[in-house]
Amino acid sequence: MTYLAKPRLHHPSLTVNKVGYTRRDYEGKNSTLCAGCGHDSISAAIIQACWELDIEPHRVAKLSGIGCSSKTPDYFLGASHGFNTVHGRMPSVLTGANLANRSLLYLGISGDGDSASIGLGQFAHAMRRAVRMVYIVEDNGVYGLTKGQFSATADRGSRSKKGAINSDNPVDMIGMALQLGASYVARGFSGDKAQLVPLIKGAIGHGGAAFIDVISPCIAFNNHAGSTKCYDYVREHNEAMNRLDFITPRSEITTDYAPGEVVEVVQHDGRTLRLRKLHDGYDPTDRLAAMNHVQTHQARGEVVTGLLYVDPDASDLHAALNTSARPLNTLGNQELCPGAAELATLNAALRC
Amino acid sequence: MKRIEAVNDFVIKFANVNGSGSSSANELFAKAVLRMGVPVSPRNIFPSNIQGLPTWYEVRVCEQGYLGRRGGVDMLVAMNPQTWDADVAELEPGGYLFYDSTRPLPPSKFRTDIHVIGMPLTDICNAVYTDPRQRQLFKNIIYVGALSVLLGVDGEVFEALFAAQYKGKEKLFDSNLRALQLGRDFAREHLEAPLGIQVRRADRVGERIFVDGNSAAALGCVYGGATVAAWYPITPSSSVAEAFQKYCNRFRIDPATGQHKFAIVQAEDELASIGMVVGAGWNGARAFTATSGPGVSLMTEFIGLAYFAEIPATIINVQRGGPSTGMPTRTQQADILSCAYASHGDTKHVLLFPEDPHECFDHAAAALDLADRLQTPVFVMTDLDIGMNQRLCKPFEWSDAHAYDRGKVMTAAELEAGKDFGRYKDVDGDGIPWRTLPGTHPTLGSYFTRGTTRDAYARYSEHGSDYVYNAQRLLKKFKTAADLVPQPVLRPATRKTRLGVIYFGSTSPAMHEALDVLNDAGIHLDALRLRAFPFPQVVARFLADHEEVFVVEQNRDAQMRSLLVNELEVDPARLVPVLHYDGTPITARFITDAITQHVHAEAVMPKRKVKKNRLKEHAA
Repeated sequence: MTYLAKPRLHHPSLTVNKVGYTRRDYEGKNSTLCAGCGHDSISAAIIQACWELDIEPHRVAKLSGIGCSSKTPDYFLGASHGFNTVHGRMPSVLTGANLANRSLLYLGISGDGDSASIGLGQFAHAMRRAVRMVYIVEDNGVYGLTKGQFSATADRGSRSKKGAINSDNPVDMIGMALQLGASYVARGFSGDKAQLVPLIKGAIGHGGAAFIDVISPCIAFNNHAGSTKCYDYVREHNEAMNRLDFITPRSEITTDYAPGEVVEVVQHDGRTLRLRKLHDGYDPTDRLAAMNHVQTHQARGEVVTGLLYVDPDASDLHAALNTSARPLNTLGNQELCPGAAELATLNAALRC
Repeated sequence: MKRIEAVNDFVIKFANVNGSGSSSANELFAKAVLRMGVPVSPRNIFPSNIQGLPTWYEVRVCEQGYLGRRGGVDMLVAMNPQTWDADVAELEPGGYLFYDSTRPLPPSKFRTDIHVIGMPLTDICNAVYTDPRQRQLFKNIIYVGALSVLLGVDGEVFEALFAAQYKGKEKLFDSNLRALQLGRDFAREHLEAPLGIQVRRADRVGERIFVDGNSAAALGCVYGGATVAAWYPITPSSSVAEAFQKYCNRFRIDPATGQHKFAIVQAEDELASIGMVVGAGWNGARAFTATSGPGVSLMTEFIGLAYFAEIPATIINVQRGGPSTGMPTRTQQADILSCAYASHGDTKHVLLFPEDPHECFDHAAAALDLADRLQTPVFVMTDLDIGMNQRLCKPFEWSDAHAYDRGKVMTAAELEAGKDFGRYKDVDGDGIPWRTLPGTHPTLGSYFTRGTTRDAYARYSEHGSDYVYNAQRLLKKFKTAADLVPQPVLRPATRKTRLGVIYFGSTSPAMHEALDVLNDAGIHLDALRLRAFPFPQVVARFLADHEEVFVVEQNRDAQMRSLLVNELEVDPARLVPVLHYDGTPITARFITDAITQHVHAEAVMPKRKVKKNRLKEHAA
């Protein structure tokens, strides 16, 4: 980390997006994570994605649990409200916040300790409920802030920095998200920003529960030989299923693709996801096939990345609950209180 | 043989089998007595079971209007062979035993000092009905019919009750009325009526309503503007959420669009339910959860976060006996300390103590206002006795002039105008800071919410001085809360006295009755009913003004007494605990006995002289 404050002045020639912000307007405080931490790359990717999508920073709510990953919302989107909640319980807080005001974009930042161990239940149930959100797990297979214990996503046989071998089976968050009904499931790698930024953009535009597992090596405690979450291992075993270009209705198609190389998925809101296929026969809109395909490759020791599943017609918890289009937190006495006359009727009915 | 003789003043207990449909028939009986203009207070005593285990319904009929449990049974309706022996043993001498005489019982099963009324209920049902379920259900209505004759309840009141209950369901109306008539006819022809205990028409019910506290609390949440409810099923609180759903379906669906102006989530556990409430509160929606003791235990981490991060949250705690199953379907007031100081670090929370369904409604709505005003968790401390039993109480009241108090929420216009925003800064001198809601302004007023590690402007800080500033401000805020919460209610003695009594919550009706009895016996007590924690000034003054103060509560450890001692630094020797915690609701007899014994013992052997000037210190 650096202690030097970021300069307040922007370079005058910095590009401004459609809502009038430069990329720097999406930054936050200085990171306090270790130099080279994968998490900082993810923060940078989030900044990039939000800027490119012309999202007003204050229309984003950032929520996190506890851990290194959960500290990061302080390091991006400084003009957004953030909430560093309780270890493993970010999903419930995000769910409540989302119910209160459906008009904001909800960004849930968590880690593998936060989501796969203490928070596994909340992770699972948030996916089941189809809470509209971007749920990013910054996955390094290790507890960083408490100095190097295995997390629940550490692969069996993986070696810790001190030499211990992990004998437990890993929690497969991608597999769980697919099974539990997440409607946008992706895996990225913090070392591949070109792949990650579109995945985040796709998730932001998605109409339901979007989950991205981002392999994000821990430079301090899990970047050694014998770890399956170190930079070298992930680079060697990275098996991308596809390349996503997130395209909004406004943008023009400029890239040329060879016929048959591209799948276009038009989402419910009219936005188009354009996927360049890297695997023949991989259909990311087929949940069962995706589960099978991902499992097959994982069994070979590959780190499967890309947009693994998307349901273009996803819906969310608000649709299920039929909540009012106007955010609940804007309703007042007039809309909420039945009034004294109704109470008199109720009282009458409660007399014997 | 002695015969209990009483008009409009007796206790009748129904012993049934869970799941046999008895509860609606027993409720019908209670409502019929109410229709006669005579106050009743029924109580369900039920097992952690859906079908098969014993269940009881105890109805106190009391023209004087005492609604607490009396203790003792004058008449038993014994419909459960499993519990026969214990039930019969419980009857007062000279009392009445009503039972199904279809199968003869040996004389050893009866007592010689009670009056026995046998009615071949099973035979009657088998002769009239062929369907087994009908035989079962109508058996209950038939015994209610017979009882009405034995006790002098008019037949017309049932017709009116059925008409209200089965509006538009002619068939059900007819069949129920026929069953009732069967019972009435049989009793008139074959049983010796009337009994020594009688219901006689009176006019003592008035405008009062008959409702359970959980429904009332749910309605209070609707009126109080709650839009987000997150909960996890737990007895005895589940019916709060269910009633909230029911009332929202009635009042909160936009007729034009069909859209819901509420969101209810049955969460995966209590951790998630309070998490959702905290998330919604952080984001400016009024949110609540309903739970019971074990749920509060699970929620405590979040409650601490909400306390320090200063987020409104309303928690309705319907208290019960401790962990596991069994005792949890009985009543207690045993979560006082666990809620007052819930969580890690230095925390204290606002607690409200409703005495009946009327106050469950008031306090639920008030809690939502207080939570927003104080930006902190607020507990409504009800219990099973008032939560799950229908209770006669004052009608609900609401003023249309009452605007929700949303507390100190800074708007975009205020930020734009340059108003200083320090999320954790005391600018008004009341310890309550201003907050902003997410999404308010593009460049101003955003902050990162954390538990403790920040300064008055919500910037990350591990400085001790910043922590102390915040901790002290929270204390000041708690002091402010003492003025905003529902204030205690004083019921002065009929003459000047050195004795006081403090009570709260569902103890009210038993306490009021006990005070009358004690007064008649020459024991005079000034009585103070607590309605909230933190304790307003008047509580300290009350303690200072009395040499001895009884603290009546329904738990083993004298938790309210501990809270008084701890918060007001009062000499514990002056606070005499009166504790009832066997899972049944406290009775006037219990309170009267405990206080009388203490007073008499002291008359014989004074404990010690308390110097007047020492007492004065507490008045400050």
